[in-house]
Amino acid sequence: MDAQPTKLRIEPLLWILFSAGGVVAAFLIPIHLLILGVAIPLNLLQATEYSSAIGMLKFPLVRLYLFLLCSVPLFHAAHRIRYTLYDGLQIKHLNEVIAAACYGGAVIGTVVAGYILWSFQ
Amino acid sequence: MKSAAATPPYTLNHPRWYRKRVSTYWWLLRWEYLRFVLREISSVFIAIFVVEMLFQIYALSRGPEAYVAFLNFLKNPFVIALNIISFFFVVFHSITWFNLSARAMTIRVGGKKVPGFMISGPNFVAWFVISVAIAWLLLRA
Amino acid sequence: MADTIKLEVSRYSPETDAAPHFQSFEVPYRKDWVVLDALNYIKDKQDGSLTYRWSCRMGICGSCGMLVNGEPKLTCATFLADYAPAPVRVEPLRNFPVIRDLVIAMNDFMRKLQKMKPWLIRKEEKPVSEGEYLQSPAQLEAFKQYSMCINCMLCYAACPVYGLDPLFSGPAAIALAQRYNLDSRDQGAKDRFPVLSQHDSIWGCTFVGECTRVCPKHVDPAGAIQQYKLTAALDWVKSVVMPWGGK
Repeated sequence: MDAQPTKLRIEPLLWILFSAGGVVAAFLIPIHLLILGVAIPLNLLQATEYSSAIGMLKFPLVRLYLFLLCSVPLFHAAHRIRYTLYDGLQIKHLNEVIAAACYGGAVIGTVVAGYILWSFQ
Repeated sequence: MKSAAATPPYTLNHPRWYRKRVSTYWWLLRWEYLRFVLREISSVFIAIFVVEMLFQIYALSRGPEAYVAFLNFLKNPFVIALNIISFFFVVFHSITWFNLSARAMTIRVGGKKVPGFMISGPNFVAWFVISVAIAWLLLRA
Repeated sequence: MADTIKLEVSRYSPETDAAPHFQSFEVPYRKDWVVLDALNYIKDKQDGSLTYRWSCRMGICGSCGMLVNGEPKLTCATFLADYAPAPVRVEPLRNFPVIRDLVIAMNDFMRKLQKMKPWLIRKEEKPVSEGEYLQSPAQLEAFKQYSMCINCMLCYAACPVYGLDPLFSGPAAIALAQRYNLDSRDQGAKDRFPVLSQHDSIWGCTFVGECTRVCPKHVDPAGAIQQYKLTAALDWVKSVVMPWGGK
């Protein structure tokens, strides 16, 4: 077991993040997207009032929920995009660059999400 | 038997064997492969949604005018089109995800394997219930 | 109903050809004939140089795997009636080097099977005098499905990852490893772990699922791989949360 190189030990963690992100995305994203991206712009539903939205965001639980919604699915997407680029376009020689770009992007997104939600007034 | 060090982990070139190069468009050659790649690409639309969500929260933090500007941005026909397409991909992700995760788990009850639809079924039900709950929470405000 | 059907068979002669080409044959159309019957007819009556593998002609030896209209199939189990009246295209298995006509080189596949240590590993062998290893029906059920593999390589022909990455262990090899990992008589899961938890093994698999779809014995290698990913991931979590855990 000690003979495993470091790179190898990362893969289980990345797969766990991918799976968790997939679960969060599968359960939560469709309804959010339907309301925010389709129903409200097409005037099928009323947009949430600014004051009520701010009111909801006061709850730490809401912020935690939004943080999870906006961070874990990014790792899911990063993992899948990385493998699709690797397999789909057969650009194996850029393997490290692709992996860094994908997971790096997910990390950046997570940090941005955390920052916005943490520093909310 | 050759030692592991002497045998490379792939098939060496043999001048009289024919080896076909895998086309860059391998995923277009069969419908099953195309469906697989579409399933994987659904993750791009998941990422797009997350970015939209972050923009919404950021707009809320900037004040009521920023929020209204964001809502108007969402009314842009190109954005609506993108979001409708995203919605189909995101739903495609959910459906394929619940089916896949049922196959990835072996649950045995009394020695017999639980069939896949009994694992994915409850997932679909939970998906519906959670979606309704979220919609209610978001829209009653 | 026509009484003949056209077969378009891939031919490759390394002595004379640079690449495979198709040759058409008209064979009698019998409702109960399979593609293998048609190939045998061609070899008997029309072109004795046609080269292909077959043996049991009943779907248990795994020799006669080929692509029929682009789909990996056992030719002894693929009826002409399902394709008539259109021509039937027969090609060697995808993702393998072609030696001649419909025969592919399986050295890579055999080596990958061996890599998985496909035998019962015990810390201590029980002497024969102590009797058999006892196994309940439930314990047999745990791995029985994965023991049904006939090494026909249809899953390797279906797997796009194997085509793209020559280092990928492949569905049958990993399912075989799981067959032993889940066997109650085996104590070698830790020995197989370093071979399995690699980027060119389970982590290279993106769960396309084609392998399970084409498997003639319903082994479900895709399921085996995903289950092992879960096992490996939980193992990783345990090693992080409880690093002092013994072997």
